[in-house]
Amino acid sequence: MSKTKIEEFDRSIYNLKNKDNYDYKIQKGITKEIIEEISNQKNDPDWMRDFRLEALEVYNKLELPTWGPDLSELNMDEIATYVRPKTKLNNSWDDVPEDIKNTFYKLGIPEAEKKSLAGVGAQYDSEVVYHSMKDDLKKQGVIYTDMETAIREYPDIVKKYFMKCVPVNDHKFVALHGAVWSGGSFVYVPKNVKVDIPLQSYFRLNSPESGQFEHTLIIVEEGASLHFIEGCSAPKYSKINLHAGCVELIVKDNAYLRYSTIENWSKNMLNLNTKKAMIGKNAQVDWVTGSFGSKISMLYPLSQLNGEGAKTEYTGISFAGKGQNLDTGFKAIHNAPNTSSVVNAKSISKNGGKCTYRSLIKISPKAKNSKSSVSCESLMLDDISVSDTIPVNDIQTDEVEFSHEAKIGKISDKTIFYLMSRGLSEEDAKAMIVRGFAYPISKELPVEYAVEMNNLINIELQGTIG
Amino acid sequence: MNKTLIEIKDLHVNASEKEILKGINLKINKGEIHVIMGPNGSGKSTTANAILNNPEYTKTQGSIVYEGEDISNLKTDEIARKGIFMSFQLPEEIPGISVTNFLKYAKNKITGEPVKIFKFKEELKKYMEELNMNPKYMERSLNVGFSGGEKKKNEILQMLVLNPKLAILDETDSGLDVDAIRTVSKGIEMFKNDENAVLIITHNNKILHSLKVDYVHVLVDGKIVTTGGQDLATEIENEGYGKYKIL
Repeated sequence: MSKTKIEEFDRSIYNLKNKDNYDYKIQKGITKEIIEEISNQKNDPDWMRDFRLEALEVYNKLELPTWGPDLSELNMDEIATYVRPKTKLNNSWDDVPEDIKNTFYKLGIPEAEKKSLAGVGAQYDSEVVYHSMKDDLKKQGVIYTDMETAIREYPDIVKKYFMKCVPVNDHKFVALHGAVWSGGSFVYVPKNVKVDIPLQSYFRLNSPESGQFEHTLIIVEEGASLHFIEGCSAPKYSKINLHAGCVELIVKDNAYLRYSTIENWSKNMLNLNTKKAMIGKNAQVDWVTGSFGSKISMLYPLSQLNGEGAKTEYTGISFAGKGQNLDTGFKAIHNAPNTSSVVNAKSISKNGGKCTYRSLIKISPKAKNSKSSVSCESLMLDDISVSDTIPVNDIQTDEVEFSHEAKIGKISDKTIFYLMSRGLSEEDAKAMIVRGFAYPISKELPVEYAVEMNNLINIELQGTIG
Repeated sequence: MNKTLIEIKDLHVNASEKEILKGINLKINKGEIHVIMGPNGSGKSTTANAILNNPEYTKTQGSIVYEGEDISNLKTDEIARKGIFMSFQLPEEIPGISVTNFLKYAKNKITGEPVKIFKFKEELKKYMEELNMNPKYMERSLNVGFSGGEKKKNEILQMLVLNPKLAILDETDSGLDVDAIRTVSKGIEMFKNDENAVLIITHNNKILHSLKVDYVHVLVDGKIVTTGGQDLATEIENEGYGKYKIL
């Protein structure tokens, strides 16, 4: 709170629209010909071209989910799935075209790169336009690049892992992703290498009536560690945009990965994203997620605890305003003994927004002496907003410690009166209560992101009074 | 020479359609300490809440003039920024906001000036020492997990930091042990000067054993039935309110 200069913040930076000045934009829709053309445009190797076409077949066979938010307004015939910006991949911001560079400067990416990041990737529409990493990490054998480069330069690693963690038949939008994916980040951290300073990829969708389908594949070898941050945003258009990314995290024995996300898609975005981590013996994956944007989100990161003693923590907050339906949560599958999962999920809804926390905790018979504790808390800022909790717990052994706690609350008039008696306006009082509610999540984020999250809270709360 | 700080005239206040205050008259000058005593349900807390314009209460008649301005229809935060403070009987808990950050933010809102963090923290530390508060509380969430006594001390701390012109202490002494009451009295003495005033609301007079006051008002059934000096409090301590209830 004390670090945030609320008054000076300008929401227009997220809404900055550049001219749809692409190098190539595929025709709208999803057909075999379109997939083949994307593959041509991207110069895929044969195996990737075949992979895309198989994924398309799966996509055509699968139905939309029968649960969760209504996705009927999504018409794939109205979405261009590949938009190539007018630039190649650059490793200096000076080489990035002015309009695109300005966008990332306004989002603060190059500044954060100088101050607090060891490497940055920036994607604009369907392709990564900038990638860079500090030399000392390169010397230690760390690879951080866009997926296309990874396919060319590290085909064996990519082939071994690409969409093995998240198979294309997982659900319809994963299959779609498999068919049209483009961009994203590839990270490889060799055995015992500790990357102390975070890497960050930022995904910006500028083109109207289009989709972004970046693929992120991170492999953290035995005993290695990494903090990876992803950010995403888009300007608002009147028609639907689609985001169906895929994140695959392979975290081997005794390794550690922290995966932080600040998502601020525009409110015409359908965000149907899939994220999954495979976690080895005594390894740990921590997810930290702030979800503010999108019209509809369906996102349930999954931690699969495969090795004995594997651990995972999920710390997430979602904030739904008018017209938003954020259906988010977390899944943990305990497949080995002595594994543990900890969930701390919070949601805030206002002006008729809807937040649903949907979770699965599965503890298999093999996972003896495992622990799981789930806490979810919702705050509704008015009487027209909605909050729901839908936990599924599938516990298949008795030798576990399991706890689940859910709280749904409202801001009381007494609390507002108390804060107003200390000189805070009603709006300030509400913002302070919400910031405090979000603090257990924001304190887990890197400082700049905690500030950004507080800014987003303040923006979201503006105009809620009266 | 005394100057009027606040003057309440013929104040009538409803809570949930029921009339609680039935014509309060009260004048407080700068440099004075006033006490309102009275049995449970007589309208003591309502008086405090009405001055701060708590929306749960409705004023139906009368006026509250503070430094020459009728403040009875101002919003609570506007009243606070004019220099009126209320210590709550049951202070609210604000998870995730530390005592330091809260007070720094409130101080900025009240003074309208930027708060210098180093100097501010030194000041906070000094006051906390005087109030026998553990300095670790500075970084704890406001009132969360505080004992009843710690919450009350925290209210006095806020009064000292925000430095209002009129401090209203609503049952700040209730539920406190002798040592804590002494600490609260000490806080009031530190705060008090010739330019400000204190209105203490209490249903017992333990706090008056360690604090010298100028006026004691007895409130019964929504009206001030008698006003006196410190000896009136002693009389009530010995004899109770029975005599005034008959009136």
